[in-house]
Parts: sequence; structure tokens; C-alpha cells
Amino acid sequence: MSGARRPGGGRIDRNRPLCFSFDGRTLSGFAGDTLASALLANGVDVVGRSFKYHRPRGVFAAGAEEPNAVVQLEIGAYLSPNRVATEIELYEGLVAHSVNAWPSLGFDLYAINDRLSRLLPAGFYYKTFMWPHWHLFEGTIRKAAGLGAAPTQPDPDRYEHRHAHCDVLVIGGGQAGISAARDAAQSGARVMLVEASSELGGRALWAGDAINVDQTENLTILTRTTAFGYYDHNLVAAVEDCSSGVAKERLWKIRAKQVVIATGAIERPLVFPGNDVPGVMLASAVQRYAHGFGVAAGKRVALFGNNDGLFDYATAFEAAGIEIAAILDTRRGEEVIGVKGRKRVRAVQTSRGEIACDLLAVSGGWSPVVHLFSQSGGSISFCDKRQMFVPDKAVQQVRCVGAANGDFDLNTQPWQSRAKGKAFVDLANDVTAADVMLAARENYASVEHLKRYTTLGMGPDQGKTSNVNGLMLMGDATGRTPDAVGTTRFRPPYTPISFGVISGARVGNLMRPRKFLPAHGWHQTLGAVFEDYGWQRPDAYPQAGESLGEAAIREARAVRTSAGLFDASPLGKIEVWGSDAARFLDFIYVGTMSTLNPGRIRYGLMLDENGVIIDDGVAIRLAEDRFLLHTTSGGAERIAAMLDEWLQCEFSGWDVRVLDCTLQWGTVTLSGPNAIEVATALGLPVEALPHMHFRADQLGNVPVRVARVSYTGEATLEISVPARYVKSLLETAAAIAGVTPFGVLALDLLRTEKGYVHVGADTDGMTTPGDIGLGRAIAKKTSDFVGRRSLLRPACAREDRLQLVGLESANALPIGAHIMEGSNAPCPSGGFVTSTCISPTLGRPIALARIREGRARLGETVKLFDLGQIFEAKIVAPCFLDPDGRRLHD
Amino acid sequence: MLNIECPHCGARPEHEFRCGGDAHVVRPPLSASGETWAEYLFGHDNPKGDQTERWCHSFGCGLWFNVIRDTVSHEIRAVYPITAQRPEQAA
Amino acid sequence: MSHYSALSIARNALSGHSNWDPAWRSPEPAAAYDAIVIGGGGHGLATAYYLVRVHGLVKVAVLEKGWIGGGNTGRNTTIIRSNYFYPESAAFYEFSLKQYERLSSELNFNIMFSQRGVLVLGHSRHDMEMHRRSANAMRLNGIDADILSRDEVAKLVPALDCSPQARFPIWGGMIQRRGGTARHDAVAWGYARAADARGVDIIQNCEVTGFTIHQGQVTGVETTRGAIKSNRIGIAVAGHSSILAAKAGFRLPVKSYALQAMVSEPLKPVLDTVVLSPATGTYLSQSDKGELVIGGGLDLYASYAQRGNLPVNENTITGMLAMFPTFSRVRMLRHWGGVCDVVHDSSPIIGKTPVQGLYLSCGWGTGGFKAIPAGGYCLAHTMATGEPHELNAAFGLDRFDTGALIDEAAAASIPH
Repeated sequence: MSGARRPGGGRIDRNRPLCFSFDGRTLSGFAGDTLASALLANGVDVVGRSFKYHRPRGVFAAGAEEPNAVVQLEIGAYLSPNRVATEIELYEGLVAHSVNAWPSLGFDLYAINDRLSRLLPAGFYYKTFMWPHWHLFEGTIRKAAGLGAAPTQPDPDRYEHRHAHCDVLVIGGGQAGISAARDAAQSGARVMLVEASSELGGRALWAGDAINVDQTENLTILTRTTAFGYYDHNLVAAVEDCSSGVAKERLWKIRAKQVVIATGAIERPLVFPGNDVPGVMLASAVQRYAHGFGVAAGKRVALFGNNDGLFDYATAFEAAGIEIAAILDTRRGEEVIGVKGRKRVRAVQTSRGEIACDLLAVSGGWSPVVHLFSQSGGSISFCDKRQMFVPDKAVQQVRCVGAANGDFDLNTQPWQSRAKGKAFVDLANDVTAADVMLAARENYASVEHLKRYTTLGMGPDQGKTSNVNGLMLMGDATGRTPDAVGTTRFRPPYTPISFGVISGARVGNLMRPRKFLPAHGWHQTLGAVFEDYGWQRPDAYPQAGESLGEAAIREARAVRTSAGLFDASPLGKIEVWGSDAARFLDFIYVGTMSTLNPGRIRYGLMLDENGVIIDDGVAIRLAEDRFLLHTTSGGAERIAAMLDEWLQCEFSGWDVRVLDCTLQWGTVTLSGPNAIEVATALGLPVEALPHMHFRADQLGNVPVRVARVSYTGEATLEISVPARYVKSLLETAAAIAGVTPFGVLALDLLRTEKGYVHVGADTDGMTTPGDIGLGRAIAKKTSDFVGRRSLLRPACAREDRLQLVGLESANALPIGAHIMEGSNAPCPSGGFVTSTCISPTLGRPIALARIREGRARLGETVKLFDLGQIFEAKIVAPCFLDPDGRRLHD
Repeated sequence: MLNIECPHCGARPEHEFRCGGDAHVVRPPLSASGETWAEYLFGHDNPKGDQTERWCHSFGCGLWFNVIRDTVSHEIRAVYPITAQRPEQAA
Repeated sequence: MSHYSALSIARNALSGHSNWDPAWRSPEPAAAYDAIVIGGGGHGLATAYYLVRVHGLVKVAVLEKGWIGGGNTGRNTTIIRSNYFYPESAAFYEFSLKQYERLSSELNFNIMFSQRGVLVLGHSRHDMEMHRRSANAMRLNGIDADILSRDEVAKLVPALDCSPQARFPIWGGMIQRRGGTARHDAVAWGYARAADARGVDIIQNCEVTGFTIHQGQVTGVETTRGAIKSNRIGIAVAGHSSILAAKAGFRLPVKSYALQAMVSEPLKPVLDTVVLSPATGTYLSQSDKGELVIGGGLDLYASYAQRGNLPVNENTITGMLAMFPTFSRVRMLRHWGGVCDVVHDSSPIIGKTPVQGLYLSCGWGTGGFKAIPAGGYCLAHTMATGEPHELNAAFGLDRFDTGALIDEAAAASIPH
């Protein structure tokens, strides 16, 4: 162990010691530490094992670019996998574990991979594991891969989203960002400044400079907030770490007129053998630990670099009490050719001989953080003098300032190691210089092929320290400049963000709010079993000892013999009025609505322009210029929107208004031979209301709309009242003798007996009116309607389409069974069962099906296939009860 | 995430809107040929660049309007009424 | 082509891996070819491979404007399945799956086809009925399919929230056990290497800027690397099909939309099955590297932008967390977009075009990866013989006039 806390210095609060644990060891740090600085201060050298070779790795950097120090944070429900130690602020009681080591960090059996590394070059898995079969090897490889483990408990934390708008958004609270924000604020603009760390100041903080920012009304500052993505129309997304407060993290969506990127630059390592041994660190990180956290990352340091920054580092390190063993400058021909030590640097082998040290600080030049600029669509170009990619042309309203713009003068000379040994380009994914050379040799020379073949830059750090080195090596190997090689696309997020924060509050029931019936509570008191049909609706009301299916049969029988009561409130109700309403509906429906008399009701189908049935229901003519459309429960919003679209986009001059009033009116259905009687008892004089007629009425002061239509085959009244009266209407009706509440399952039994089509169950996205036997009326209609032209296409007019028919069988047929057009499976399918039940009224199995040329095959016996079982059934007409419809009128 | 200027409500984020596909599509009469009808249903201009399309402020005022939008940069070049012709020179 | 095996790796290890051959050459384009395939994605490379292997063509080139495998081949969520409803689709995708089953050994390139099962969840009685309809259709078409109960689903995918309180409770599911995932890049590279070994010129950074057409017959292409002659040309460029069709003077029933995908940080194994949820539109699997690979629905407006967009991402992630609440603290590593060529009936277009000698493979929408072997095979057949193979006969451009659409999305509840 070599790292240690210095007696003074740093921006930590030495009066607030904190206890934490790492791999079961209890350690201590101070408020203001990161987990990485605290580990270094405690002399922890090995923090993790590497991805592929399981080599011991220590803290390498001090910021988001850290490739090695990945830990499992916390345990149980609070577990957070793959967290970077340099980005975790220390707190009391923090628990962290290392990842990717088995059985332990100190002794990892998978380290055998390191010994076998010559057999595991880049992409080795593409060349082997084919014989006898990939599946033989895959399990083992999967277990060895991956880093942390996913939590196994639901997340107890909450997340939220906020939207913000501003004139100027400044990303990065270093000196460049602060001065940009200050200038903009002084000009009166609304300014937001986001900074990833807990304090403003950036690099200046390490030098101990005080940073003063005057908070003004028009300057909003968010710290601990990382801008991770730059999207269309100048939208920047950022995640705020809310250490205190209701939410754990907050996702900000900031729409800015102008964005200033001041995200600084990241130091690059150098690629040489042994450059991954714990104790090899970025020089800037060593400096930051010393001055930001009062931690000496080692006792005796060798400095190795290719640029002018080396001497400033030497001064800084000395000031921090770290002894300088050597300064090796590649520009003077000095270089490191190897590192001694496995779990900690013991010495470096150099062109000047072996130098004893426990810390090797490297500086290979700098890379401006151009990620967000590139995401915004801006182009970047390579600067030869400073050996780095800098922002070039902007596409959106954005500019880069300070180090992010490459605004520093640092003479840097490219350098490639010629020494033998494992030299890592990408520490996070264990990609070596030899791997890059192999990719070049095998012609994976495009930078995207390089990335995909070697996995360069695809680790959790997304190649922040490795991408540029990798593509420079590739350029070298293939005789191209870094500009010609180019970079891979910078993909959001800049740093990994939790799925929880992306989802925000939209979890559990808030993902898509459940819709409850106005009388939900009343159904509950009756013991209803609910199911989600878009709305939470009662399937049935089982009594003691009754199964759901038994309850449905009892309820259906009650409807056939007496009266049933059904909450049909979700029924779509759309009012359409205006002097052109009638001709508009003639265009919308397959049927003709303009010939309907006021007070009358007509059934209609709606199609899309492809001629496919999208909804069905009745249209009620309330008055000459006013209609009420009943749509399917699921279709109301969609159909209302469709009507509005036709009106605005195609018939903008027409006098028609559309209003979806589904939620304003609740609907109670009374159905059965006694339904009229019950309605009369309720105070609705409807004895004289014939089938397919409508009347508006009042119950006391409450407006009531009564439609006599039926989906059960019995005389039925659909009684609509303002939604808040549904419960009392249900209560009153249920109290009348002989009235039985029934649910969706009973309704389905009843309509199946009648062969009434359920759009979406008996029809699908291919079904036309002719397929369900409703094509005959079309020829009589003179005007065009939605989808009509499509019905004339040859494929729609074919005789061998699937047609709706009934099936009778000895055994109940499952929905989804197919008609076999051959004696054994596999064979062609001749259609399928779409609705089925054992008829409560007839006491035998019946079914609806869509069968090829079905209407011409009545009486034929067919074989059906269901998951290996074979059934037989007879094709019959799709109506099993009261085909003349007498019960509707009685 | 697009920022769309609804002619009635002003600029709003894209999730308040619904894109209704190509604008200025003329619906053929019932007597149209099979090819003409197929072209109406399925034929699309699919430009890499400026495209005219119609949008609805569905989670707002409900207004339909036309938009010229670049399909690569997603920049919106013009917003104009649903009944208006495509502007000659989009800003 | 030098043979890949454990032995060849060991042998090359001795020489420090300095003797491996290029996986494919980078030749200069010749003046003329017997056949040209435009588009160096999986489909284009497979087409070139089958043109040479099955049909014995000699001079074949693949023209790629960027780098091979750089379009949707290298951007998708790598799912392979043949759980289709209609016989035409079933036959086509099952042929593809069968080719995939032997592709590693045929190409001598490990594409890591992992037949871990593709599970489509059922969230309601209706979903389960539709699954049964699909499963029976598949079995009648000779394709494996099983219906699983909720308990069986819970056992197969322990991380799923199978509680009745879930917002979209799980009633069960339909599984195709032979479905799974493969390493997408490897499919492109494997075909490229095998095609190159048989003499195909793979020409990268070569963008087609126009066609030369003489009296309705194509005679060549103009490219950024000069004119190249051929009277037999196939287009396999996914989201950019409309652009090339326009250059050849015709319009396609295609609209280009962005489809997004994303991956998490690498995790130890936690999900061994490909899971799709019709209720939320989200599908995911875990790669061999440990990343959760997540996809959702198309963006809601036409786009050629190969980038992600937040609102759609949010929906996808929200859908995933509804299924897997325990993944809330797992983190997203990267998200991106691909440009999909979407056709009204979600079925592909493979066949002839209004221009003689010019052939087309497009309309793959969100699901082209699983179709690569069959798509390449059929386009090659159509190019070589001038007539469609029986597998792609139903997938011609003419179906839009006759109305004989093969609308899988309309028939089943599986996202396509």
C-alpha cells in the first residue's frame, strides 16, 4: 500500500470523519472525499479486476473517465452495480464491493485468462467455439463476462423529471463556464449553469482558488448535475443527483436558445507495457487527489509524458510531498519500457534504466470533451500541434469554450511505444496495442470495425481515455492521419444513467394510469373480479364457492330468463352535429346514416382506408343535425380523433363538430325479457320504445338517454346518465327483484350465442365487411366512404377469403385453434376459431371462426388443430340462438 | 426531442403532438384506378431532406397543421395552415 | 481463406498473431461486373455470397458507401425468430432461421447464434388467445411454438415481475425455443470473409450516385469512385432504399423511420431468454458480454437520423421497468438509432423493379437482421435467374396494387 492521507490540504472537511466499508473492510475517510480518494487515502491499491484478463487494477483517474475502479455500491434493494469510485461522494456507512473477481479480489481464479492471453487475441471468439456447437461454450463465457450483478429487489427510490427553458445553458462550472454564465447573466439573459461535481470551480479548485459566483435571479446553478445528452432543437438532458430530497435523481430536460459547452478536457494516458498496474495513474489525477482531497497517491513518483505539462506536475507533486523519482519526456527520447509489480508499481524500467517508485504518473496529452458537441451534430477535427480532436462546425445553437474548445497551448508530440509486452489501450475492456495491430492486419481498419472487433471504447467508460489512442495507433498501422481514421460516433449518455431516472415517475401504476369505472366501488362491494380491458371492468360477480366461469354462466342465464344489469360506461359516446353532420357520417360509416330518422338507431361499421374494419357500433340520430355515435369501449378516443382529422384535413369547410363525451356519460345496460319492466319500475316509461329506437328523458332532474339496442340478443336498454349518477342508478336497479348484475364474461357468452361480432376478437387487421357477412349492403350505397375503394381491389373481392361462420362440436374448442387443410400437421391452415364457449342457453359447445370460403361450406365437418390436439367440428351459420331476432322485440 | 411551433399554442415539445404523415396528399375519387388508389395508400415521398407533413397538437388544442421538416437534421423550416399551399420558399 | 479454429489460434499465438490474413481484401473497383450489389450490410453481403456460391457467378462486387455492416446490421437488437403467422412469412423466416443454425460452420466464422428462446408475453386473456392462434399457425407451418403458463414464464425468467399487481400482469406467454440472438457484426463479417474468399470484391467508401439506364435496362452505376458497368444490379440499402429508387426513377411504398436501441452496462447473467412485451412494446435480451440489449417501437415521425431521441427512449425504458422493476438501478450505457425502411404491411419487398436488370430487397422495417440469410438467398436467386424464388414470390412490389398484403402486424400481436 502506497497511497496515504497528507497531514493537510484538500477540500475535505477533516472535522467530519466518515466510516465506510470496501469488500468487508471498515475504512474511514472525510466529508468531501470520493470513494476513490478515500480508498487511496487508506492505501487500497487493488480496487477491481479487469474485464477480460482479470488483472488487478487500481484507481487510474479522478473523474468520469475512470476505466478501472468500478464497484458494486450498497447491497439489497439499494444495490447499484457498476459504479465508478471516482464519481461516488463518500457518505457515512457507504458499502462497496469489488466486481468481476472470483472467489476474491486478492485471489481471482479467472486470472488464468491473463496467463492464456496469447490464446485470447482480439476477436478470438469469432474464430473458434464453433465445433461441435457454440451452445457448449456459451454458458461459461457468459458467466465470465459482465461486471457487477443486477439487483434482485425492486428499487425503493423515487425519480422525477423536470422541464426547464432558458436563454443560455452553460454546461460545466469550471472557470470558462463560470465566466460564460456570468457574462450572459449580466446581459440580462435567463441562464442555467450545470456542473457535474458538488462545487463550481473545476481545476481551479485544486489550486485552492476561491470561486465566487454571484447568484442572481436570472442565473440558476445546478451542481451534481451531469449533462448527458444533446438532442434535437437544442434540448440538453441532464441528471441531477439529489442526495437529499424526495427523489434520488432528477432528469432535467433543458431547452436553451443557446448552449455553451465548457466541459473541459480529459488527460490521455500513454500506451506502453505494464501501463495498467495499480500505481500507474493519470498525472492530472495524482494532482487532483493531492490538492483536492489531501491524498498522496504514492510516496515516490515517476512522471512520464509527451508534453509541456510535465514540469508543472513535478512542481505540484513536490508541493504535495510526493518525492519525484524521475521525469521522463518522450520528446527527449526518454521512455518507460516496462513496469515492475503486479498489484502495485514497484519500479519502472526506462530507457535510463530501472527506477524504483511506487507511482507512475502519465500524461499523453489532452482530449477536449467534445461528446455533447458531437451529439449536437457538430463536426470535430484533429489538431496536429496539440494532438487532439477539437470542435469544428456547429449545426445547432452551440459553442464550446475553454478547454472543451481546445483553448490551451500545450506542445504535445505523438509517441508510440516499441517495447514488448502487454500495453493497454483500453483499460476498461482490456484492449491492447497488439489487438489494435491485429485488427489492422485483418483489415478491420475502419474505426467502427476497430471498435466492434476489439471492443475498444465499448466499456462502461465509453473509451474516454482510450478512443483517441486507439485510433492514432490504427492510423499509424495503416498509414492514415487521425483525421482520416476519424472517430466513432459519440453516443449519449456521456456517463451511464440509471434506467430509473429515464423512466422518472412513470413506474408501476403511473406508467399508464388505470381507468376506473365511475361506480368502481359499487362493483367492489358486489365482489366483482376485475380485469384490465383498458378500463378496469368486472369480469363477473362470483358468489361463494363459485368459479369465475360458473359465475359468468349463472349471470348469462339470468339475462336470458329475467334481467341482467351491466355497467357499460366505457361505451364510446361521440356527439357529431352541424348541418353537414349527416353527409359526413355517410362518408365515415359503411352504412348510410343520412336516411335515418331522428329518434332512430342504425348499426354501422367503420373502416380504415385499406377497407379493414376498425370499429363498429350504432349511430343514433338525436335531431336532424345531431348524432350520437356509440363506438367500442377501446375505440372512443381513436375514433373521435379520426373524425376530427378528416374534418380538419379533408372537409375543412363543412359544418360539423365532434365531441367525445364518453367520460361525461355513464351507461347502464338492462338486458333480458324483463328489462323493459325493470326500466319502467325505475321510472322510465319505455314500454312503447321499439328496438333500434331512442328517447331522451329525465329521472327527476337528471337527464337520461335511453337507446334500445342489443348486444345480448335480448331486449336491451342502454341507459346513459351523467357519470356521477351511474352508481345510484346501478344501486336502484340492482335492488329490483329479479335483476342480476353481469360482467364482461357473461356478455361475451351472450353475444357469442348470437354470433354478434366482437371487433378485435372475431376480426383483425385484415378483416373486411364482406368477411363477416356484412358486405351485401354496400352495393346499394351510392356515395364514397372511408375504405370503399380498397374493397374493390382484387384481393378483397376474392372468394377464398376467411369468412365468419359458426362451429358446432362435441368438445369445447379453444380460441386460436386452426382449421386443418390436410390430414396431418404440418399442413395449410384454413382459418381459426375466434370466439368460443359452452353455450349456457343451449348447453353445448359453440364457436365462431373465420374459415376459408366458410359461407359456402355450411354443414361440412372440419378438423381443427390446437397445440398437437385434434378436434372435429361442423361448420354452421354464425348464429346459434333466435336467428330471427324475436327476443329483441318482445 | 423536437420543439414544434403550434400555430395556436406556440412552441411545445414533441410528445404533445402526433405526426399524421405526408401533407398535401390528394384523396382520389371512388372511380380511381387501382394504381392511383395504391399510390394514394402506399406511395410516399421519402426525401432525405425537406419533407412536408401534417401534425396535430393532440395533447393540446387539437389543431392540425402542416410542417416542412428536414428528415436528417429535424430542423423545422415552416409551419403553415392545413388548408394552405406549400410555401414557395420555406424560411 | 485460411481456416479458423482453436488450432489456428494456437498456431498463430506462436508467431504473436502476426500472420493472420485480412478477413477481406480492399480491392479497387473493376470497370465492369457480372453483378453488383449495392449495400454492404448483412443482406448485401449475403446476396453476393449466394450469387457466387449457389449461382456460380464469377465477377461480383458489393458497393458500400461507408463501412460494411455499418447500417442496421450493426445497430439492431440481434433477435432471430420465425414466429410468423402467414405461411408466406413463416416459410421465408423459417428458411432464414435454418440457415442461421448452420451459418457459423458454413462461413467458418462464429456468429454466436444462441438459441435461448424468444418469449412473447401475454398480458391479458385476449393476448393469450392471440398467442394461441399464432402458436397453432406456426405449428401447422412446421415451426416450433409453445404456450407457457404464468408459472412456467416465472420459472424461465425469474427476473420478471409476475405478480398480479404488476401494471401489465403476466398471464403467460408464447415461446419459440429455437429463436434467439446472434452477434450482429459477425454475420456481416462472416459473409464478407466468405464472399471475399470466393472472389467477391467488397468495395467500401464507394457511394452510388446514379444509375445508367438504357431503354429501360440498367447498364451500370455512377459512384464516388467512378462508373462501374453491370446489367444486373441489386439494391439492399434498408432505410435508404427510397433514395436509390428515386435515382433509378421510381417510387417505393416505403417510409424511413428511426428505430432506437440501447444497452446497459455489462452485468453478470440475469436474463437468459429474449423477452418481448406486446403491452409495452419493449423487448430485451442479455448479450454474451453481459449488456442488456433493449429495443422498442419506431420513432413517431419519418427520419434519416441515426440517433436516439428521448421521448421514445423513455417509453421503451418505462416498458422494460414494468416487466423488470429490479433493473431500475441498472444504468444505460449507450443509445443510438438506425434508419428503417417501413412498409405498410410490415412485410419485405424482394424482387424486380420497373427497371430491367435492377432488383430490390427492402421493407425490412425493424426486423431485417433475422432475415439476412433468406433475404440474401432470395435476392441472389432473383438476380441470377431474373425470376423470384418461391420463397419471395409473394413479396413483390405488385402486391400493393392488388391489395394482396401480408400484414403480419395486423394478424398477430407481435411487434415487427
